[in-house]
Amino acid sequence: MNLDIFINFLYIAGSILFVIGLKGLSKPATARNANLLSAIGMLLAIVATLLTKGLEFQWIIVGLMIGTAIGIFIALKVAMTSMPQMVALLNGSGGLASFIVGWSSYHYQPEVSLLTTISTYLAVLIGGVTFTGSVLAWAKLEEIMTGKPILFKGQKIVNSLILLVLVIGGIIFCMNPAGNYPLFILIMVLSLILGVLVVIPIGGADMPVVISLLNSYSGMAGAATGFVIINSMLIVAGSLVGASGIILTQIMCKAMNRSLANVLFSGFGSVVQKKKGEGIKGEVNAISVQDAYLVLEAARSVVFVPGYGLAVAQAQHVLRELGELLEKNGVEVRYAIHPVAGRMPGHMNVLLAEANVSYDQLNEMDAVNPLMETIDVAVVIGANDVVNPASRHDKSSPIYGMPIINVDKAKTVFVLKRSMNTGFAGIENELFYFDNTRMLFGDAKASLQSLVAEFKGS
Amino acid sequence: METHVLDPFSFINLIFLFVIAIFLGVELISKVPSILHTPLMSGSNAVSGITVVGALLATGLTPGSTFCTVLGTLAVIFATINVVGGYLVTDRMLKMFKTKSNETPGAKK
Repeated sequence: MNLDIFINFLYIAGSILFVIGLKGLSKPATARNANLLSAIGMLLAIVATLLTKGLEFQWIIVGLMIGTAIGIFIALKVAMTSMPQMVALLNGSGGLASFIVGWSSYHYQPEVSLLTTISTYLAVLIGGVTFTGSVLAWAKLEEIMTGKPILFKGQKIVNSLILLVLVIGGIIFCMNPAGNYPLFILIMVLSLILGVLVVIPIGGADMPVVISLLNSYSGMAGAATGFVIINSMLIVAGSLVGASGIILTQIMCKAMNRSLANVLFSGFGSVVQKKKGEGIKGEVNAISVQDAYLVLEAARSVVFVPGYGLAVAQAQHVLRELGELLEKNGVEVRYAIHPVAGRMPGHMNVLLAEANVSYDQLNEMDAVNPLMETIDVAVVIGANDVVNPASRHDKSSPIYGMPIINVDKAKTVFVLKRSMNTGFAGIENELFYFDNTRMLFGDAKASLQSLVAEFKGS
Repeated sequence: METHVLDPFSFINLIFLFVIAIFLGVELISKVPSILHTPLMSGSNAVSGITVVGALLATGLTPGSTFCTVLGTLAVIFATINVVGGYLVTDRMLKMFKTKSNETPGAKK
């Protein structure tokens, strides 16, 4: 009994550390220590659990060792550009664990109270969807499969049917869990299939939303597992994560001016393609590296607007180098980061931090937009939709109403771009045809390197 | 790994905990600036690895069922990857967030 109390005391301490840890993550200065506190909280939870009476250790130790080894390996190996995929995989990993715990709990003892059965059902359902959904998101981000939305005829009907079977099957299962193992297996399989079906119609550009949402699910799956094994710690930690995922999802949706339902069900990119024929009239002004250098050299304030293309080109380091050269030249340098730039929330900030850009130079969209008219040069690198002025006036545009970084209001805009192809979302960008826009064609990294060379040569 | 029975009374208590924790989570997270969204996500993701607790119990408290031990061990592996990988990679990211002068970054302008 005393041991039980002690264990629960450790759980409380662990929960407090999680709360303090999450709170500390809100400031760059405290974030690293906060993360450490949170990790200590986790360690406490694990130690407390290992104190449980009657626990057999041999397989636990094997599992912990294998998991730790794999965890360390992937965490140290992953490139910062691949962070979205990494988070997706880790998410899936947690979801799968919840799924398996639910399964094992049922397998060991099918005959339990109704409430426990319902919790098991939810843990398996949410865990399963999180697992396959995350794996699919990973495959899309890693470009193992197409990033475009995959749509097929009757998709909505199939999804609805699966959902219906899951609900009805769930009710029948919860009424009589012991006699319904085959039904339970069907529920598990359908949960896994549902995860796939939910993610395939969502385009790559909407991945920040999907990752946030899956993050939320993985927390909820953990909380559901907490109800299965009656463990407060799991419920507290799971709901904290669930809530944080929901908040991030909301922020992402707001940053795209779309509802969550719209992101999840509309098959964004595929609808857009029909409009391609219309095109935008006007002329594109190309600029050479030498001319771009002369403009930058004369500028007094410069804003860099990075997008996912920066990550693809691995150009963050050379961008920072250019930024430093400009600063030496007396230029005020800022980096403006759109909330949904990149493939996950805050992705660009991480890449620039990796390249040693001081984080007080990283500006949020709302901080930069009011200054835009005073900016001499806005340099768009690998970003497209987040600077498309059509969102302000063109009601027929799929991104109408999305808040953008108003680079077109700067005196001059440079767009570093490989070619005139449309962006990830497949939308034409009228910015390229504006009078104050100059296109610097070529690989972003190569272009930036040439600019750096010009500065050094002078 | 049967320990207690989930009776309606303790169920309500757990729901209570669940709801309060959700509200707490919302309050905590809504103040995070967008610059830290990625570390926040991977850090909270590591917290969701708390399901490792369930996995440990599923492995160690299911004597006599090899199948459950296998399932449990797998769950421990995946949950541990989630925990260890999540915290480490978050630390790797946060380590990189610096200001030029490295002064107390509270003085953000």
